[in-house]
Amino acid sequence: MKQIVVISGKGGTGKTVLTASFASLAENKVMVDCDVDAADLHLLLKPEIRERYEFRSGVTAKINREVCKECGECLSVCRFEAISRDFVVDPISCEGCAVCSRVCPEGAIFMEENVSGEWYISDTKYGPLVHAKLGIAEENSGKLVTQVRQAARVIAEKYNMDYVIIDGPPGIGCPVIAALTGVDLALIVTEPTLSGMHDMGRVAQVSKHFGIPTKVIINKYDLNLKNSETIKEICKQADIEVVALLPFSRQVSESIVQGIPLVEFSKNGIAEDIAVLWERIK
Amino acid sequence: MIISVASGKGGTGKTTVAVNLALSIKNVQFLDCDVEEPNAHLFLKPKMHSIKIATIPIPQVDESLCNYCGKCREICAYNAIAVFSDEDNKKGSVLIFPHLCHGCGGCKLFCPQNAISEVDKEIGVIEAGISRDIQFVHGKLNIGEIMSPPLIRQVKQYIYRSRNVIIDAPPGTSCPVIGSVKGSDFCILVTEPTPFGLHDLVLAVEVIEKMKIPFGVVINRSDIGDGGVDNFCRSKNIPILMRIPFDKDIAFLYSNGIPFVTEKKEYLQKFADMFEAIQALIGWRGGRMQ
Repeated sequence: MKQIVVISGKGGTGKTVLTASFASLAENKVMVDCDVDAADLHLLLKPEIRERYEFRSGVTAKINREVCKECGECLSVCRFEAISRDFVVDPISCEGCAVCSRVCPEGAIFMEENVSGEWYISDTKYGPLVHAKLGIAEENSGKLVTQVRQAARVIAEKYNMDYVIIDGPPGIGCPVIAALTGVDLALIVTEPTLSGMHDMGRVAQVSKHFGIPTKVIINKYDLNLKNSETIKEICKQADIEVVALLPFSRQVSESIVQGIPLVEFSKNGIAEDIAVLWERIK
Repeated sequence: MIISVASGKGGTGKTTVAVNLALSIKNVQFLDCDVEEPNAHLFLKPKMHSIKIATIPIPQVDESLCNYCGKCREICAYNAIAVFSDEDNKKGSVLIFPHLCHGCGGCKLFCPQNAISEVDKEIGVIEAGISRDIQFVHGKLNIGEIMSPPLIRQVKQYIYRSRNVIIDAPPGTSCPVIGSVKGSDFCILVTEPTPFGLHDLVLAVEVIEKMKIPFGVVINRSDIGDGGVDNFCRSKNIPILMRIPFDKDIAFLYSNGIPFVTEKKEYLQKFADMFEAIQALIGWRGGRMQ
Protein backbone atom coordinates (compact mmCIF):
# COMPACT_ATOMS: atom_id res chain seq x y z
CA MET A 1 0.00 0.00 0.00
CA LYS A 2 1.35 3.37 -1.03
CA GLN A 3 0.18 6.57 0.68
CA ILE A 4 0.42 9.71 -1.44
CA VAL A 5 -0.40 13.18 -0.09
CA VAL A 6 -0.93 16.29 -2.20
CA ILE A 7 0.13 19.47 -0.40
CA SER A 8 1.16 22.98 -1.43
CA GLY A 9 1.97 25.42 1.35
CA LYS A 10 0.06 28.14 -0.49
CA GLY A 11 -3.66 27.59 -0.95
CA GLY A 12 -5.40 27.51 -4.30
CA THR A 13 -2.57 26.06 -6.36
CA GLY A 14 -4.61 23.05 -7.53
CA LYS A 15 -4.38 20.32 -4.87
CA THR A 16 -8.00 19.23 -5.04
CA VAL A 17 -8.23 19.30 -8.84
CA LEU A 18 -5.18 17.03 -9.02
CA THR A 19 -6.33 14.70 -6.25
CA ALA A 20 -9.73 14.27 -7.92
CA SER A 21 -8.01 13.42 -11.19
CA PHE A 22 -5.86 10.82 -9.41
CA ALA A 23 -9.08 9.40 -7.97
CA SER A 24 -10.28 8.84 -11.50
CA LEU A 25 -6.95 7.50 -12.82
CA ALA A 26 -5.81 5.23 -9.99
CA GLU A 27 -7.15 1.74 -9.53
CA ASN A 28 -7.88 0.06 -6.24
CA LYS A 29 -7.51 2.98 -3.84
CA VAL A 30 -9.12 4.82 -0.98
CA MET A 31 -9.39 8.60 -1.10
CA VAL A 32 -8.99 10.92 1.89
CA ASP A 33 -9.80 14.62 2.19
CA CYS A 34 -7.55 16.04 4.89
CA ASP A 35 -8.43 19.68 4.28
CA VAL A 36 -10.94 19.36 7.08
CA ASP A 37 -11.69 23.04 7.55
CA ALA A 38 -12.42 23.81 3.92
CA ALA A 39 -12.98 20.43 2.33
CA ASP A 40 -13.82 20.54 -1.37
CA LEU A 41 -12.95 17.11 -2.77
CA HIS A 42 -16.52 15.88 -2.25
CA LEU A 43 -17.73 18.52 -4.72
CA LEU A 44 -15.97 16.57 -7.47
CA LEU A 45 -16.26 12.99 -6.22
CA LYS A 46 -19.97 13.22 -5.25
CA PRO A 47 -19.89 10.82 -2.31
CA GLU A 48 -22.83 8.98 -0.80
CA ILE A 49 -22.29 8.90 2.93
CA ARG A 50 -22.28 5.34 4.22
CA GLU A 51 -21.06 5.80 7.80
CA ARG A 52 -21.14 8.97 9.90
CA TYR A 53 -19.15 9.57 13.11
CA GLU A 54 -19.05 12.38 15.64
CA PHE A 55 -15.68 13.94 16.27
CA ARG A 56 -15.29 14.87 19.91
CA SER A 57 -12.27 16.75 20.98
CA GLY A 58 -11.32 18.81 23.95
CA VAL A 59 -13.43 20.75 26.40
CA THR A 60 -14.58 24.35 26.83
CA ALA A 61 -15.05 26.27 30.08
CA LYS A 62 -18.49 27.50 31.07
CA ILE A 63 -19.22 29.82 33.99
CA ASN A 64 -22.34 29.28 36.07
CA ARG A 65 -23.35 32.91 36.70
CA GLU A 66 -25.67 31.91 39.56
CA VAL A 67 -22.67 30.75 41.56
CA CYS A 68 -19.97 33.12 40.26
CA LYS A 69 -18.98 35.88 42.73
CA GLU A 70 -16.91 37.75 40.14
CA CYS A 71 -13.72 37.52 42.21
CA GLY A 72 -11.57 37.56 39.05
CA GLU A 73 -9.33 34.57 39.86
CA CYS A 74 -10.20 32.98 36.52
CA LEU A 75 -9.35 36.17 34.64
CA SER A 76 -5.94 36.33 36.22
CA VAL A 77 -4.96 32.75 35.28
CA CYS A 78 -6.38 32.52 31.75
CA ARG A 79 -3.63 32.90 29.16
CA PHE A 80 -5.88 32.75 26.13
CA GLU A 81 -7.85 36.00 26.64
CA ALA A 82 -10.91 33.77 26.72
CA ILE A 83 -12.80 35.25 29.70
CA SER A 84 -14.37 38.68 29.34
CA ARG A 85 -14.45 41.32 32.10
CA ASP A 86 -18.10 40.47 32.69
CA PHE A 87 -17.21 36.81 33.22
CA VAL A 88 -18.38 35.19 30.05
CA VAL A 89 -16.19 32.59 28.35
CA ASP A 90 -15.51 33.09 24.67
CA PRO A 91 -15.70 29.47 23.46
CA ILE A 92 -13.70 30.34 20.39
CA SER A 93 -10.68 31.54 22.35
CA CYS A 94 -10.89 28.93 25.12
CA GLU A 95 -8.29 26.20 24.62
CA GLY A 96 -9.77 23.91 27.25
CA CYS A 97 -6.85 23.90 29.69
CA ALA A 98 -9.32 23.92 32.63
CA VAL A 99 -7.02 26.02 34.82
CA CYS A 100 -9.87 28.52 35.45
CA SER A 101 -12.19 25.79 36.64
CA ARG A 102 -9.49 24.51 38.99
CA VAL A 103 -8.76 27.89 40.56
CA CYS A 104 -12.38 29.06 40.92
CA PRO A 105 -13.01 29.22 44.68
CA GLU A 106 -16.77 28.94 44.16
CA GLY A 107 -16.68 25.92 41.87
CA ALA A 108 -18.63 27.99 39.36
CA ILE A 109 -16.70 26.92 36.27
CA PHE A 110 -17.24 23.56 34.63
CA MET A 111 -15.77 22.07 31.48
CA GLU A 112 -18.04 20.90 28.68
CA GLU A 113 -17.01 18.38 26.05
CA ASN A 114 -16.94 19.74 22.50
CA VAL A 115 -18.53 18.03 19.58
CA SER A 116 -16.21 19.66 17.10
CA GLY A 117 -17.11 18.00 13.87
CA GLU A 118 -18.11 14.91 11.97
CA TRP A 119 -16.32 12.49 9.74
CA TYR A 120 -17.65 10.12 7.14
CA ILE A 121 -16.89 7.00 5.19
CA SER A 122 -18.56 7.36 1.81
CA ASP A 123 -18.97 5.53 -1.45
CA THR A 124 -18.07 7.22 -4.70
CA LYS A 125 -17.91 5.86 -8.20
CA TYR A 126 -14.13 5.95 -7.72
CA GLY A 127 -14.10 3.87 -4.55
CA PRO A 128 -14.30 4.75 -0.86
CA LEU A 129 -13.73 8.32 0.35
CA VAL A 130 -13.01 9.25 3.95
CA HIS A 131 -13.76 12.90 4.64
CA ALA A 132 -14.75 15.21 7.44
CA LYS A 133 -16.36 18.44 8.38
CA LEU A 134 -14.82 20.40 11.18
CA GLY A 135 -17.41 22.34 13.14
CA ILE A 136 -17.51 26.06 12.50
CA ALA A 137 -14.77 27.87 14.38
CA GLU A 138 -13.48 24.71 16.01
CA GLU A 139 -9.93 23.75 16.82
CA ASN A 140 -7.98 20.50 16.74
CA SER A 141 -8.10 20.08 13.01
CA GLY A 142 -4.84 18.11 13.31
CA LYS A 143 -6.56 15.48 15.43
CA LEU A 144 -9.42 15.21 12.96
CA VAL A 145 -6.90 14.74 10.14
CA THR A 146 -5.26 11.94 12.11
CA GLN A 147 -8.67 10.39 12.65
CA VAL A 148 -9.68 10.30 8.95
CA ARG A 149 -6.25 9.02 7.92
CA GLN A 150 -6.48 6.24 10.46
CA ALA A 151 -9.90 5.21 9.13
CA ALA A 152 -8.61 5.25 5.54
CA ARG A 153 -5.69 3.07 6.50
CA VAL A 154 -7.96 0.51 8.10
CA ILE A 155 -10.06 0.35 4.93
CA ALA A 156 -6.97 0.10 2.72
CA GLU A 157 -5.59 -2.78 4.76
CA LYS A 158 -8.88 -4.61 4.99
CA TYR A 159 -9.50 -4.54 1.25
CA ASN A 160 -5.88 -4.83 0.25
CA MET A 161 -5.86 -1.50 -1.56
CA ASP A 162 -2.83 -0.34 -3.53
CA TYR A 163 -3.14 3.38 -2.77
CA VAL A 164 -4.27 5.84 -0.16
CA ILE A 165 -4.56 9.19 -1.95
CA ILE A 166 -4.75 12.19 0.34
CA ASP A 167 -5.88 15.73 -0.45
CA GLY A 168 -3.88 17.83 2.01
CA PRO A 169 -4.57 21.18 3.66
CA PRO A 170 -2.67 24.40 2.89
CA GLY A 171 -0.10 25.83 5.28
CA ILE A 172 2.70 24.15 7.23
CA GLY A 173 1.14 23.82 10.69
CA CYS A 174 -0.73 21.25 12.72
CA PRO A 175 -3.11 19.75 10.09
CA VAL A 176 -0.37 19.63 7.42
CA ILE A 177 1.99 17.76 9.70
CA ALA A 178 -0.82 15.34 10.59
CA ALA A 179 -1.49 14.80 6.86
CA LEU A 180 2.20 14.22 6.08
CA THR A 181 3.20 11.86 8.85
CA GLY A 182 4.20 8.44 7.58
CA VAL A 183 3.24 8.86 3.92
CA ASP A 184 5.31 7.32 1.11
CA LEU A 185 5.23 10.34 -1.16
CA ALA A 186 4.42 14.03 -0.77
CA LEU A 187 3.52 15.86 -3.97
CA ILE A 188 3.90 19.60 -3.62
CA VAL A 189 1.79 21.58 -6.10
CA THR A 190 3.20 25.02 -6.63
CA GLU A 191 2.75 27.86 -9.11
CA PRO A 192 5.35 30.17 -10.67
CA THR A 193 4.58 33.13 -8.41
CA LEU A 194 6.79 34.55 -5.69
CA SER A 195 4.18 33.45 -3.14
CA GLY A 196 3.96 29.95 -4.59
CA MET A 197 7.75 29.60 -4.58
CA HIS A 198 8.14 30.98 -1.08
CA ASP A 199 5.46 28.66 0.32
CA MET A 200 6.77 25.64 -1.58
CA GLY A 201 10.16 26.24 0.02
CA ARG A 202 8.67 26.25 3.50
CA VAL A 203 6.47 23.18 3.07
CA ALA A 204 9.36 21.30 1.41
CA GLN A 205 11.41 21.98 4.53
CA VAL A 206 8.61 20.51 6.61
CA SER A 207 8.44 17.32 4.55
CA LYS A 208 12.24 17.07 4.69
CA HIS A 209 12.12 17.59 8.45
CA PHE A 210 9.87 14.53 8.69
CA GLY A 211 11.92 12.52 6.17
CA ILE A 212 9.16 12.21 3.54
CA PRO A 213 10.12 11.57 -0.12
CA THR A 214 8.94 14.67 -1.96
CA LYS A 215 8.28 15.66 -5.59
CA VAL A 216 7.10 18.94 -7.08
CA ILE A 217 4.47 19.81 -9.69
CA ILE A 218 4.49 23.29 -11.21
CA ASN A 219 0.92 24.24 -12.06
CA LYS A 220 0.10 27.13 -14.43
CA TYR A 221 3.81 27.05 -15.31
CA ASP A 222 3.24 29.18 -18.43
CA LEU A 223 1.92 32.17 -16.45
CA ASN A 224 5.54 33.04 -15.70
CA LEU A 225 8.17 30.97 -17.51
CA LYS A 226 11.08 32.70 -15.81
CA ASN A 227 9.76 31.86 -12.35
CA SER A 228 9.11 28.28 -13.49
CA GLU A 229 12.80 28.02 -14.43
CA THR A 230 13.73 29.37 -11.00
CA ILE A 231 11.55 26.74 -9.32
CA LYS A 232 13.27 24.00 -11.34
CA GLU A 233 16.64 25.36 -10.27
CA ILE A 234 15.62 25.55 -6.59
CA CYS A 235 14.32 21.97 -6.75
CA LYS A 236 17.47 20.74 -8.45
CA GLN A 237 19.60 22.21 -5.69
CA ALA A 238 17.36 20.73 -3.02
CA ASP A 239 17.48 17.38 -4.84
CA ILE A 240 13.70 17.36 -5.39
CA GLU A 241 12.37 16.03 -8.68
CA VAL A 242 9.96 18.22 -10.66
CA VAL A 243 7.56 15.61 -12.02
CA ALA A 244 5.23 17.76 -14.09
CA LEU A 245 4.70 21.17 -15.62
CA LEU A 246 1.00 21.81 -16.09
CA PRO A 247 -0.24 24.74 -18.22
CA PHE A 248 -2.78 27.36 -17.23
CA SER A 249 -6.12 26.25 -18.61
CA ARG A 250 -9.65 27.52 -18.38
CA GLN A 251 -10.71 23.87 -18.51
CA VAL A 252 -9.81 23.68 -14.83
CA SER A 253 -12.49 26.07 -13.55
CA GLU A 254 -14.94 24.73 -16.14
CA SER A 255 -14.48 21.21 -14.77
CA ILE A 256 -15.04 22.51 -11.22
CA VAL A 257 -18.24 24.22 -12.33
CA GLN A 258 -19.34 20.92 -13.92
CA GLY A 259 -18.37 19.13 -10.71
CA ILE A 260 -16.29 16.38 -12.30
CA PRO A 261 -12.59 15.46 -12.16
CA LEU A 262 -10.59 17.31 -14.81
CA VAL A 263 -9.41 14.10 -16.51
CA GLU A 264 -13.03 13.16 -17.15
CA PHE A 265 -14.04 16.64 -18.26
CA SER A 266 -11.45 16.57 -21.00
CA LYS A 267 -9.03 14.12 -22.56
CA ASN A 268 -6.47 16.49 -24.01
CA GLY A 269 -4.26 19.38 -22.97
CA ILE A 270 -3.77 19.57 -19.21
CA ALA A 271 -5.91 16.46 -18.67
CA GLU A 272 -3.50 14.42 -20.77
CA ASP A 273 -0.54 15.88 -18.86
CA ILE A 274 -2.11 14.78 -15.59
CA ALA A 275 -2.61 11.23 -16.93
CA VAL A 276 1.09 11.13 -17.87
CA LEU A 277 1.98 12.50 -14.43
CA TRP A 278 0.01 9.75 -12.69
CA GLU A 279 1.89 7.09 -14.68
CA ARG A 280 5.17 8.61 -13.49
CA ILE A 281 4.39 8.65 -9.80
CA LYS A 282 2.10 5.67 -9.29
CA MET B 1 -10.19 50.76 12.57
CA ILE B 2 -9.22 47.16 11.93
CA ILE B 3 -10.09 45.42 8.67
CA SER B 4 -9.18 41.78 8.26
CA VAL B 5 -9.02 39.94 4.96
CA ALA B 6 -9.96 36.25 5.10
CA SER B 7 -11.28 33.62 2.72
CA GLY B 8 -12.09 30.03 3.66
CA LYS B 9 -10.55 28.68 0.47
CA GLY B 10 -6.87 29.35 -0.06
CA GLY B 11 -5.45 31.06 -3.11
CA THR B 12 -8.47 33.24 -3.79
CA GLY B 13 -6.56 36.51 -3.45
CA LYS B 14 -6.47 37.52 0.23
CA THR B 15 -2.96 38.88 0.05
CA THR B 16 -3.67 40.58 -3.29
CA VAL B 17 -6.68 42.40 -1.87
CA ALA B 18 -4.99 43.25 1.44
CA VAL B 19 -1.81 44.59 -0.18
CA ASN B 20 -3.54 46.60 -2.90
CA LEU B 21 -5.98 48.07 -0.38
CA ALA B 22 -3.04 49.05 1.83
CA LEU B 23 -1.44 50.90 -1.08
CA SER B 24 -4.64 52.72 -1.99
CA ILE B 25 -5.41 54.39 1.36
CA LYS B 26 -3.46 56.42 3.91
CA ASN B 27 -2.18 55.87 7.41
CA VAL B 28 -1.93 52.09 7.17
CA GLN B 29 -0.54 49.48 9.48
CA PHE B 30 -0.30 46.07 7.81
CA LEU B 31 -0.24 42.84 9.81
CA ASP B 32 0.40 39.53 8.04
CA CYS B 33 -1.16 36.94 10.35
CA ASP B 34 -0.76 34.04 7.91
CA VAL B 35 2.21 32.96 10.01
CA GLU B 36 2.46 29.52 8.38
CA GLU B 37 2.92 31.00 4.93
CA PRO B 38 3.37 34.78 5.15
CA ASN B 39 3.53 36.35 1.68
CA ALA B 40 2.62 40.03 2.00
CA HIS B 41 6.27 41.02 2.46
CA LEU B 42 6.97 39.69 -1.04
CA PHE B 43 4.71 42.46 -2.38
CA LEU B 44 5.26 45.32 0.06
CA LYS B 45 9.01 44.62 0.41
CA PRO B 46 9.25 46.35 3.77
CA LYS B 47 12.57 47.42 5.20
CA MET B 48 12.63 45.51 8.48
CA HIS B 49 13.88 47.41 11.48
CA SER B 50 13.22 44.94 14.27
CA ILE B 51 13.07 41.23 14.78
CA LYS B 52 11.75 39.57 17.88
CA ILE B 53 11.83 35.91 18.80
CA ALA B 54 8.30 34.72 19.58
CA THR B 55 8.06 32.23 22.38
CA ILE B 56 5.57 30.34 24.45
CA PRO B 57 6.20 29.47 28.09
CA ILE B 58 6.74 25.76 28.63
CA PRO B 59 7.34 24.01 31.95
CA GLN B 60 10.71 23.04 33.30
CA VAL B 61 10.86 20.67 36.27
CA ASP B 62 13.45 20.99 39.01
CA GLU B 63 13.89 17.29 39.77
CA SER B 64 15.60 18.04 43.09
CA LEU B 65 12.22 19.34 44.33
CA CYS B 66 9.92 16.96 42.41
CA ASN B 67 8.49 13.96 44.25
CA TYR B 68 6.84 12.53 41.14
CA CYS B 69 3.35 12.88 42.57
CA GLY B 70 1.87 13.17 39.08
CA LYS B 71 -0.28 16.26 39.77
CA CYS B 72 1.11 18.08 36.72
CA ARG B 73 0.30 15.16 34.45
CA GLU B 74 -3.24 15.14 35.83
CA ILE B 75 -3.62 18.90 35.28
CA CYS B 76 -2.26 18.95 31.75
CA ALA B 77 -5.16 18.93 29.28
CA TYR B 78 -2.85 18.34 26.33
CA ASN B 79 -0.97 15.19 27.39
CA ALA B 80 2.25 17.18 27.30
CA ILE B 81 3.64 15.76 30.56
CA ALA B 82 4.49 12.18 31.51
CA VAL B 83 5.50 11.29 35.06
CA PHE B 84 7.09 8.02 36.14
CA SER B 85 7.06 7.59 39.91
CA ASP B 86 9.84 6.05 42.01
CA GLU B 87 9.90 2.29 41.76
CA ASP B 88 11.90 -0.07 44.00
CA ASN B 89 15.43 1.13 43.38
CA LYS B 90 14.69 3.17 40.25
CA LYS B 91 14.35 6.93 40.59
CA GLY B 92 11.26 8.54 39.01
CA SER B 93 11.33 10.96 36.13
CA VAL B 94 9.26 13.64 34.38
CA LEU B 95 9.09 14.03 30.62
CA ILE B 96 7.83 17.21 28.95
CA PHE B 97 6.66 17.16 25.31
CA PRO B 98 7.10 20.81 24.32
CA HIS B 99 5.31 20.55 20.94
CA LEU B 100 2.09 19.49 22.69
CA CYS B 101 2.22 22.25 25.33
CA HIS B 102 -0.21 25.16 24.89
CA GLY B 103 1.51 27.22 27.57
CA CYS B 104 -1.53 27.42 29.87
CA GLY B 105 0.63 27.47 33.00
CA GLY B 106 -1.61 25.07 34.92
CA CYS B 107 1.13 22.61 35.87
CA LYS B 108 3.25 25.35 37.44
CA LEU B 109 0.29 26.82 39.27
CA PHE B 110 -0.76 23.55 40.86
CA CYS B 111 2.55 21.78 41.55
CA PRO B 112 2.43 21.04 45.30
CA GLN B 113 6.23 21.04 45.49
CA ASN B 114 6.75 24.30 43.59
CA ALA B 115 9.10 22.30 41.41
CA ILE B 116 7.93 23.75 38.09
CA SER B 117 9.12 26.95 36.54
CA GLU B 118 8.59 28.19 33.01
CA VAL B 119 11.12 28.69 30.27
CA ASP B 120 10.61 30.26 26.87
CA LYS B 121 10.40 28.01 23.84
CA GLU B 122 10.87 29.63 20.47
CA ILE B 123 7.98 29.06 18.04
CA GLY B 124 8.78 31.67 15.41
CA VAL B 125 9.82 35.25 14.82
CA ILE B 126 8.03 38.56 14.49
CA GLU B 127 9.52 41.10 12.13
CA ALA B 128 8.49 44.74 11.97
CA GLY B 129 9.41 47.25 9.32
CA ILE B 130 8.27 49.97 7.04
CA SER B 131 7.23 50.06 3.40
CA ARG B 132 6.74 53.57 2.00
CA ASP B 133 4.51 54.96 4.77
CA ILE B 134 2.98 51.62 5.68
CA GLN B 135 3.91 50.15 9.04
CA PHE B 136 4.48 46.45 8.47
CA VAL B 137 4.49 43.50 10.90
CA HIS B 138 4.48 39.79 10.21
CA GLY B 139 4.99 36.54 12.07
CA LYS B 140 6.86 33.54 10.72
CA LEU B 141 6.21 30.17 12.28
CA ASN B 142 9.28 27.95 12.66
CA ILE B 143 9.40 24.85 10.47
CA GLY B 144 7.96 21.77 12.18
CA GLU B 145 6.10 23.90 14.72
CA ILE B 146 2.35 23.36 15.06
CA MET B 147 1.17 26.16 17.34
CA SER B 148 0.28 29.09 15.13
CA PRO B 149 -2.40 30.71 17.37
CA PRO B 150 0.00 31.98 20.06
CA LEU B 151 2.24 33.50 17.39
CA ILE B 152 -0.79 35.16 15.78
CA ARG B 153 -1.77 36.62 19.18
CA GLN B 154 1.73 38.02 19.58
CA VAL B 155 1.70 39.60 16.11
CA LYS B 156 -1.59 41.26 17.02
CA GLN B 157 -0.05 42.86 20.08
CA TYR B 158 1.60 45.23 17.60
CA ILE B 159 -1.78 46.66 16.56
CA TYR B 160 -1.73 50.43 16.59
CA ARG B 161 -5.40 51.35 16.66
CA SER B 162 -5.15 54.92 15.46
CA ARG B 163 -3.96 53.60 12.12
CA ASN B 164 -6.04 51.89 9.47
CA VAL B 165 -5.03 48.37 10.41
CA ILE B 166 -5.20 45.74 7.66
CA ILE B 167 -4.85 42.11 8.71
CA ASP B 168 -4.01 39.44 6.16
CA ALA B 169 -5.48 36.23 7.64
CA PRO B 170 -4.62 32.59 6.87
CA PRO B 171 -7.04 30.41 4.83
CA GLY B 172 -9.52 28.01 6.41
CA THR B 173 -12.13 28.35 9.14
CA SER B 174 -10.40 27.03 12.26
CA CYS B 175 -8.36 28.44 15.13
CA PRO B 176 -5.66 30.38 13.21
CA VAL B 177 -8.32 32.23 11.19
CA ILE B 178 -10.38 33.07 14.24
CA GLY B 179 -7.34 34.27 16.14
CA SER B 180 -6.46 36.57 13.24
CA VAL B 181 -9.91 38.00 12.61
CA LYS B 182 -10.99 38.36 16.26
CA GLY B 183 -11.39 42.01 17.27
CA SER B 184 -11.73 43.33 13.71
CA ASP B 185 -14.25 46.06 12.95
CA PHE B 186 -14.86 44.60 9.52
CA CYS B 187 -13.88 41.50 7.57
CA ILE B 188 -13.41 41.28 3.81
CA LEU B 189 -14.01 37.75 2.52
CA VAL B 190 -12.27 37.10 -0.77
CA THR B 191 -13.65 34.36 -2.97
CA GLU B 192 -13.78 33.14 -6.55
CA PRO B 193 -17.02 32.33 -8.37
CA THR B 194 -16.55 28.55 -8.59
CA PRO B 195 -18.30 25.81 -6.60
CA PHE B 196 -15.09 25.50 -4.50
CA GLY B 197 -15.07 29.21 -3.82
CA LEU B 198 -18.76 29.18 -2.94
CA HIS B 199 -18.55 26.14 -0.68
CA ASP B 200 -15.71 27.62 1.35
CA LEU B 201 -17.29 31.09 1.36
CA VAL B 202 -20.41 29.65 2.97
CA LEU B 203 -18.24 28.19 5.75
CA ALA B 204 -16.30 31.43 6.18
CA VAL B 205 -19.56 33.41 6.40
CA GLU B 206 -20.77 31.10 9.17
CA VAL B 207 -17.56 31.74 11.10
CA ILE B 208 -17.68 35.52 10.70
CA GLU B 209 -21.38 35.64 11.58
CA LYS B 210 -20.68 33.59 14.69
CA MET B 211 -18.02 36.15 15.62
CA LYS B 212 -20.53 38.96 15.00
CA ILE B 213 -18.18 40.90 12.76
CA PRO B 214 -19.66 42.90 9.87
CA PHE B 215 -18.39 41.67 6.52
CA GLY B 216 -18.56 41.93 2.77
CA VAL B 217 -17.29 39.93 -0.20
CA VAL B 218 -14.72 40.60 -2.90
CA ILE B 219 -15.09 38.35 -5.94
CA ASN B 220 -11.75 37.72 -7.57
CA ARG B 221 -11.39 36.31 -11.12
CA SER B 222 -15.04 37.32 -11.28
CA ASP B 223 -15.54 36.23 -14.89
CA ILE B 224 -14.29 32.66 -14.46
CA GLY B 225 -16.86 30.23 -13.09
CA ASP B 226 -20.58 30.46 -12.49
CA GLY B 227 -23.23 32.56 -10.76
CA GLY B 228 -23.33 30.61 -7.47
CA VAL B 229 -21.44 33.14 -5.36
CA ASP B 230 -23.56 36.03 -6.64
CA ASN B 231 -26.79 34.17 -5.90
CA PHE B 232 -25.60 33.28 -2.43
CA CYS B 233 -24.61 36.87 -1.61
CA ARG B 234 -27.90 38.19 -2.96
CA SER B 235 -29.97 35.69 -0.98
CA LYS B 236 -28.11 36.54 2.24
CA ASN B 237 -27.95 40.28 1.58
CA ILE B 238 -24.17 40.26 1.72
CA PRO B 239 -22.60 43.35 0.13
CA ILE B 240 -20.30 42.63 -2.81
CA LEU B 241 -17.55 45.18 -2.29
CA MET B 242 -15.59 44.67 -5.49
CA ARG B 243 -15.21 42.41 -8.51
CA ILE B 244 -11.79 41.84 -10.01
CA PRO B 245 -12.00 40.15 -13.42
CA PHE B 246 -9.40 37.58 -14.45
CA ASP B 247 -6.62 39.39 -16.21
CA LYS B 248 -3.35 37.78 -17.35
CA ASP B 249 -1.57 41.08 -16.62
CA ILE B 250 -2.73 40.99 -13.00
CA ALA B 251 -1.73 37.32 -12.72
CA PHE B 252 1.70 38.11 -14.18
CA LEU B 253 2.27 41.13 -11.91
CA TYR B 254 1.22 38.97 -8.95
CA SER B 255 3.64 36.23 -9.98
CA ASN B 256 6.48 38.76 -9.83
CA GLY B 257 5.46 40.19 -6.49
CA ILE B 258 4.18 43.48 -7.89
CA PRO B 259 0.95 44.86 -6.36
CA PHE B 260 -1.24 45.52 -9.39
CA VAL B 261 -2.41 49.00 -8.31
CA THR B 262 1.10 50.26 -9.03
CA GLU B 263 0.60 49.42 -12.73
CA LYS B 264 -3.16 49.61 -13.10
CA LYS B 265 -3.77 52.95 -11.47
CA GLU B 266 -7.53 52.90 -12.04
CA TYR B 267 -7.71 50.35 -9.23
CA LEU B 268 -6.28 52.83 -6.69
CA GLN B 269 -9.59 54.67 -6.77
CA LYS B 270 -11.57 51.43 -6.71
CA PHE B 271 -9.84 50.29 -3.54
CA ALA B 272 -10.14 53.73 -1.94
CA ASP B 273 -13.86 53.68 -2.78
CA MET B 274 -14.19 50.24 -1.28
CA PHE B 275 -12.56 51.51 1.91
CA GLU B 276 -15.07 54.35 2.07
CA ALA B 277 -17.92 51.95 1.42
CA ILE B 278 -16.72 49.80 4.31
CA GLN B 279 -16.58 52.81 6.62
CA ALA B 280 -20.11 53.72 5.59
CA LEU B 281 -21.32 50.15 6.13
CA ILE B 282 -20.19 50.10 9.74
CA GLY B 283 -20.96 53.74 10.47
CA TRP B 284 -17.34 54.68 11.08
CA ARG B 285 -16.69 58.44 11.22
CA GLY B 286 -13.34 59.98 12.02
CA GLY B 287 -12.05 57.26 14.29
CA ARG B 288 -15.16 56.33 16.19
CA MET B 289 -18.39 54.49 15.67
CA GLN B 290 -21.60 56.43 15.44
